[in-house]
Order: sequence, then C-alpha cells, then structure tokens
Amino acid sequence: MAAQDSPGEGRLVADDFDDEHGAFLTVERVEGADDGPLAGATVAVKDNISTDGMRTTCGSAMLADYVPPYDATVVERLKDAGATIVGKTNMDEFGMGTTTETSAFGPTDNPAAPGRVPGGSSGGSAAAVAAGQADYALGSDTGGSIRCPAAFCGVVGIKPTYGLVSRYGLVAYANSLEQIGPIARDVEGAATVLDAIAGPDERDATTRHDTRDDLADEYDGQHPAAATTYADAADGDVEGLSVGVVTNLVEGADEAVVENFEAALDDLRAAGATVHEVSLPSVETAVQAYYVIAMSEASSNLARFDGVRYGQSGGYDGDWNETFAKAREEGFGEEVKRRILLGTYALSAGYHDKYYKQAQDARAWLKQDFDEAFEDADVLASPTMPVPPFELGESLDDPLQMYLADANTVPVNLANLPAISVPAGETDRGPVGLQLVGPAFGEETIIRAGSALE
Amino acid sequence: MSDTDAVDPEEVRHVAGLARVDLEDDEVERFAEQFGDILAYFDALDDVPETDREADLVNVFRADEVHEGLTQEEALQNAPESEDGRFKGPRVG
Repeated sequence: MAAQDSPGEGRLVADDFDDEHGAFLTVERVEGADDGPLAGATVAVKDNISTDGMRTTCGSAMLADYVPPYDATVVERLKDAGATIVGKTNMDEFGMGTTTETSAFGPTDNPAAPGRVPGGSSGGSAAAVAAGQADYALGSDTGGSIRCPAAFCGVVGIKPTYGLVSRYGLVAYANSLEQIGPIARDVEGAATVLDAIAGPDERDATTRHDTRDDLADEYDGQHPAAATTYADAADGDVEGLSVGVVTNLVEGADEAVVENFEAALDDLRAAGATVHEVSLPSVETAVQAYYVIAMSEASSNLARFDGVRYGQSGGYDGDWNETFAKAREEGFGEEVKRRILLGTYALSAGYHDKYYKQAQDARAWLKQDFDEAFEDADVLASPTMPVPPFELGESLDDPLQMYLADANTVPVNLANLPAISVPAGETDRGPVGLQLVGPAFGEETIIRAGSALE
Repeated sequence: MSDTDAVDPEEVRHVAGLARVDLEDDEVERFAEQFGDILAYFDALDDVPETDREADLVNVFRADEVHEGLTQEEALQNAPESEDGRFKGPRVG
C-alpha cells in the first residue's frame, strides 16, 4: 500500500484506489458477518471512531500512527449486522471545524459542489457517501458535524438523541454533546444503519439503559431502540404532522437557502402536514454556550495526549512538563490549540462563573424552550446550515466567522435532542439541507417527516 | 476587528502554560487578537436568565464483575517507548 502525496501527505490510500475528492485517510477492508440486515453493504467510518487494527488518526498529526487495539461498539455492531468496513474518512482535527479543512492530512473536495468544502467535521464521511464510494458512513456530531456535511454534500445525516448510541471507542472531544450517527443517500438507509448501532452499551454509562430488568419498574416502557425499527418509519406519511418553523434560525440565512427551505415546507404541506412559526429566544445565545462548553470539555479531554502512552512523543530531554508541552505543540494543529486554550481560560479561576456557569444556564434555558415548543409541534424545522458550502480556503482565517456558521445545529446538541438533515434543493453554490428536530428519543418522527421530502 | 479588543499576550502565554502547549511567538500574537474577539462575543452570555437545571435522570450501575481487558502488550503497542512492560516517560521533576 503506497501513501499518496496528494491531496494530503500521510494518507494510506493505494494509488489505484479512486479517491478523487480526498474523502479517505486510510483505505482498508474488513468484512463483517455473513448475514444480517447490512449484509453486502459497505460503510466508511469517520477517523475518530476506533477500529481494531486499523489506523485511527482523528485527522491529527498527534495520532498519525495510532492503531487501536479494539473496536468501538458501533463498529462491532456494524460488523455483526453484516456490513463491510471500507476505510476511515477525513475530518476536521479531533472534530473541531465546520469544513474538514483543519485536518492535518489536507482537505476534502465536495463531490456535489466541486471546489467547495464538504462541510465538517465529518466531511470525508459525507463525501464518500455522496461520491458512491460507500453505501453508508458513520460520522460523529458534537455541534452539527454530521448534519452540516450531509447538508453540504446533498445526502442524509442523523444526529441521534444523546444516549441512544454508544460512544465507547469514539475519541472524545466534548462528551456531554456528542453522538455517533449515520450518513446515507436516503432516509431509509440512514435509519437502517441507526437500527444496527442504537441501543444500550454497558461500556458507555451515558447510554440509555432502561431495558434492564432491575429498572423495569422505574421505566414502564421498553428501550426505544428495542421497541422500534427505525427503517420502517421511513414511510413518508406526514398526514396531520405539526411542523414548527424556528423563525430565529431562518432570519439571517442566505436568501437562496431560504427559498429552497420554503419550497421544501410547501412539499410538507402538500403531503398533509401543517406548518406554523415558533420563536425560540434562547437560540440567540446557543453558539456562545456551545463553544464555551465544547472548548471547556475539550481542554480536559485532550489533556490525555501527553506523547507517552500513544501519539506524538515530546522526547526525553527536559522534565515532564517540558516534553508534554513540546509533544502538544508539534502534534496539535492551530484550531485544536485555540480551543484547548480558550477552554482552559473559561475554566480557570476567576472566569469559571462568567463563562462556564453562564453557558450551563444558557443550555438549560434552551432545553426549556425546546420543551415548550414541542407542546405545539411534532417536529421543528430550519435550514440545516444558514449558508451554502464555502469555497475551499474561504473561511480559514477568521475562526469566529466559522463558529457562527454552526448557529442552526448547535442548539440540538445542547438540548440533547435528535435531528435529521435531508436534502432540500440546490443553490448555484451547492446543496441545501433541511433540518428536522424531534423530542428526545423521537427518532421515528423525524425519520418519517424527513422521508416525506424524498 | 480593533486592536483594543485583544487579550494581553502574557495572558495567552499563561493559559498555554496551564494547558501544557508550547506556542511560537507569532501564534501568541494571533491568538491574543482572536481571543479578544471571541471572548467579547461570549459576553452575550451575561444576559442569559438563571435557569433551573434539574435533569430527570437516574444513575445505572453495572454489576461489579471482572471482564477481560487489554493485554499488557496491547496496552503498550502505541507507546513511543516502553521498558520492561511499562510506559517510558520523561523525568518528573
């Protein structure tokens, strides 16, 4: 296997493998079980999800040679369901970005809008699916990292309810926000992958665990993943469905994006849904709250990268603190350093109350707002991204500008809710995605509503 | 973005020290300016109403049973250096 020089050095992609968009970091095939609901299907896996014996870099020089000795639970479940893993996909370093350009291994082109970014951070996963290199892909979504690239590449992405899918084996960026989820070319495909990966995992204490006998009295229902076949919900039946349009997330969006969004709402109305407007004042501080919380958690999570147990070594000259700081200077890219430092700042003495505590208030306020909105709506709709895909290189210089692009996706992570992005037309600059948000563990409803737009 | 928003470069160096990340001088300058803009943007959180944060959750504990874990060899396989079955680190102080 020859590493290819272009589009990024350090990729383990054979010269004869066609990867013209640069979606993959490592191409390696692992066959799954002979039968199962995913027998014969190919799946590309984001490179922050551990694969036994297959390099897992997180898009970082820090982990350029890291080979996990175990599979993430979701990978185990895909293989048990019969899927064939085809390789690991490019991503923003440690999931920190909205364009896949912060990868240490170079960018990925958008197959649906060449010359533009595929979105991020799961850009390689969405590009691989859009280009037909895999039937399905796994991404991870901390603040929109599945939905944004799905929208930009014209495919479907689902961010599950927090706790529906195990995070065991996902290299952590911000634990309280992130979930692994599927990307596919249609809603039913994404739901089929969700069926395979959802459910409690004793290795992830934050998965919902109410199938256990000793808790049967406490929860009278069955676990949603056991009681439901998500793929069956993709029946397009939205007769009588109540759709709330979050006006705060439409105002200020690009005009061409809004035109396509409105046309998709008309399609939902024509299929029997009713549409009304909802205002959620708390979303106005969602981006601020998201970045304070995500950066704070990142500063703690990424402290593990000391270059001793794994990763880029800082050598053995000098004491622990000096070599640790050197390993991290060399191993981390600029966006990762920026977030670690800002997170350290937000948690430091004298600033904790101003930033971290207030961000937690903003998070609780959002949850309250969403709860109230779901009293009158089955799903909430907005454009997934307020803008069409950026040109490659366009947004790299101004981090704050890039953070603002996450305005419509981060509220969902802060409220731990499920959301789907489905294709909703094209602008002259690339595809538009429509986001549907559901109540906690309401995956069936968003899958049903999303499938009505196909 | 005006220079008056910038954070003191010494503060960036201090935080980088706490986080154990060495920075080049030009990185310190760039971060000082960007952090000023980003922190000013975060100021909007001052207007967030105090909100009850009661999560409707219960802890679930698994049975405390011994499971198979990584072997010593597997645990060490990604270490840049190891010695006698242990991770090899720099001196502590």
